[in-house]
Amino acid sequence: MVTALDSSPLALDVRGLRKAYDDVVAVDGLDLQVRAGECFGLLGPNGAGKTTTIEICEGLLTPDAGNVEVLGLRWESDENELRELLGIQLQDTQLTEKLTVDETLTLFQSFYREALDVGDVIEKVELGEKRSSRVGTLSGGQKQRLAVACALVGNPRLLFLDEPTTGLDPQSRRQMWDLISRFQAEGKTIVLTTHYMEEAERLCDRVAIVDHGHVMALGTPQELMESIDASSLPPPEPRKTSVTLEDVFVSLTGRHLRDE
Amino acid sequence: MNESTPVTAEETRSSSYAGGPTGASGSPPTERTLSRAERGFMRSSMVQLTLVRFREFVREPEAVFWTFVFPILLAAGLGIAFRQRGPDKLQVGVVNSAATSAAIVQSLKRDSTLIVQTFDDSSGARALRTGKITLLVAPTAAKDSVRYVYDPARGEAGNARVIVDRAIQMGAGRADPVRVADSYVTEPGSRYIDFLIPGLLGMNLMGSSIWGLGFAIVTARSKKLLKRLMATPMSRVQYLFSFLCSRLVFLILEIFTLLGFGHWAFGVPLRGSLTTLLLICFLGAISFGGLGLLSGSRARTTEAVSGIMNFIMLPMWIFSGVFFSSANFPAVVQPFIRVLPLTAVNDALRANMLEGASFAAVSSQMLIIVIWGIVTFFAALKLFRWR
Repeated sequence: MVTALDSSPLALDVRGLRKAYDDVVAVDGLDLQVRAGECFGLLGPNGAGKTTTIEICEGLLTPDAGNVEVLGLRWESDENELRELLGIQLQDTQLTEKLTVDETLTLFQSFYREALDVGDVIEKVELGEKRSSRVGTLSGGQKQRLAVACALVGNPRLLFLDEPTTGLDPQSRRQMWDLISRFQAEGKTIVLTTHYMEEAERLCDRVAIVDHGHVMALGTPQELMESIDASSLPPPEPRKTSVTLEDVFVSLTGRHLRDE
Repeated sequence: MNESTPVTAEETRSSSYAGGPTGASGSPPTERTLSRAERGFMRSSMVQLTLVRFREFVREPEAVFWTFVFPILLAAGLGIAFRQRGPDKLQVGVVNSAATSAAIVQSLKRDSTLIVQTFDDSSGARALRTGKITLLVAPTAAKDSVRYVYDPARGEAGNARVIVDRAIQMGAGRADPVRVADSYVTEPGSRYIDFLIPGLLGMNLMGSSIWGLGFAIVTARSKKLLKRLMATPMSRVQYLFSFLCSRLVFLILEIFTLLGFGHWAFGVPLRGSLTTLLLICFLGAISFGGLGLLSGSRARTTEAVSGIMNFIMLPMWIFSGVFFSSANFPAVVQPFIRVLPLTAVNDALRANMLEGASFAAVSSQMLIIVIWGIVTFFAALKLFRWR
């Protein structure tokens, strides 16, 4: 499947990446190329090396071996420049509970040379009503959207999202998907990790399935599905429609968020 | 399937990305961005980081209590408990009898250290038994003679015996062959509260610097917030500096509440120059900030850093002369006690406040403080775990 993205320059170029911790090899010879403007998904079970890979790309971990180029720049020589260009959401950051949404974003905004207006970002992640609320009073979905807002406020060219929808209810998850789609529509690049295949299918132009520290398969969701020899799979459960239980849930409970 | 898409645009890539944020290829700028200049001074990172420190502090009622209210309660409690009273007044009784009592009561009342009551026989004995009075003057059968009834095992009874006897004898006309005059030493500066307030100030400087830096940094680390901040272009120096900036503002408030309270409520003297006093506090707070940074430089959990901070502070609470003079410890440990930073701060504060010492006079203590600050700060930077 050839798309316009194939001719885009590389936003992320990872070759031969290796990282071992005391007792385990987390990443073992991983290669990855993400094109500018692409939404790229890293899929894999827990412990597959997704977070280690993404944190090396974010310059938060140093690899034992391998080459990482982000937006054509390297962490060893261009760290200051790269920090200005990336938006990062980490898996388990707890923002200061005593600060309000507005204060938190103003703080993050202050670190960047060129930044978006705090009010614009708050509108973008639909936290307008919570602007003056303390972070400690926000629901899980709101906290997650604030975390993404902190990643967006520096007007990044490349956005790293580590499990952005884990633990969210279906409504919050759909809202996060909309947010990610809008960011991608602006021509920005996204690298995300997820456990949810449905999420990858909806959002990602290409996905890499990672396990044991290296890429097991890579391609568009469609290519990967076609690559599997259907006869080798256990017979699918008989299914009357293509509707999922989640679709039923959302149609009954509505798409609007419950935590506002 | 393991193959990745071949790289074809090597030169496009380098040319389109080398130019920074304006060099984006293809994607139109969709968003209005603000430069640092457009955002202004109040939205600069140094101001914002410092404001966060303020907000975290004032929105934590417990922190405000321990920093401002607790030292005052402690000073008030100890100041009242150990206040100097005038010589205790002694309660004595006289048994009512027509023959002697009027003259004796007159003589006793002339002595200002005695409180005199009259009793009949049985109630006088009961008052003595129950400790309401320490001594009872009883009539005897003989003329011009009295009997002192008291329990010699009670400490103040012997004292009462001497004072009552002197009053009665003088009332009956005895003259003292030697004239004496008393002069009392109750000057401010020599009382326990005067010793205590500088010690409490030193302890407070240490406590709020070490807690304020160590605990806040480890909390940020344990919540992965430090790691998140490291993923932004934030300056690490500014991050650490913001703690010092906010500490110095709160420091001024701490000094004025505690010293103001000591001065107005107990008349604790401020004999040295206020500038020198502030300078001692300033250097002390910065130096303890280094110790706080060091205690928080590695720990991943708040439990761990609490242990470390108590391990650092507890010996100094005991040895550095906060509540009692460090001179009570044996001579052999005195050199070690003298180089502790809290000892140096307390000694300098007491010298300034109680003796009016100049900055030059406390320069050896200041040198100890500055050395502690420099060593701990660089050790902390060396060890610091940013992620």
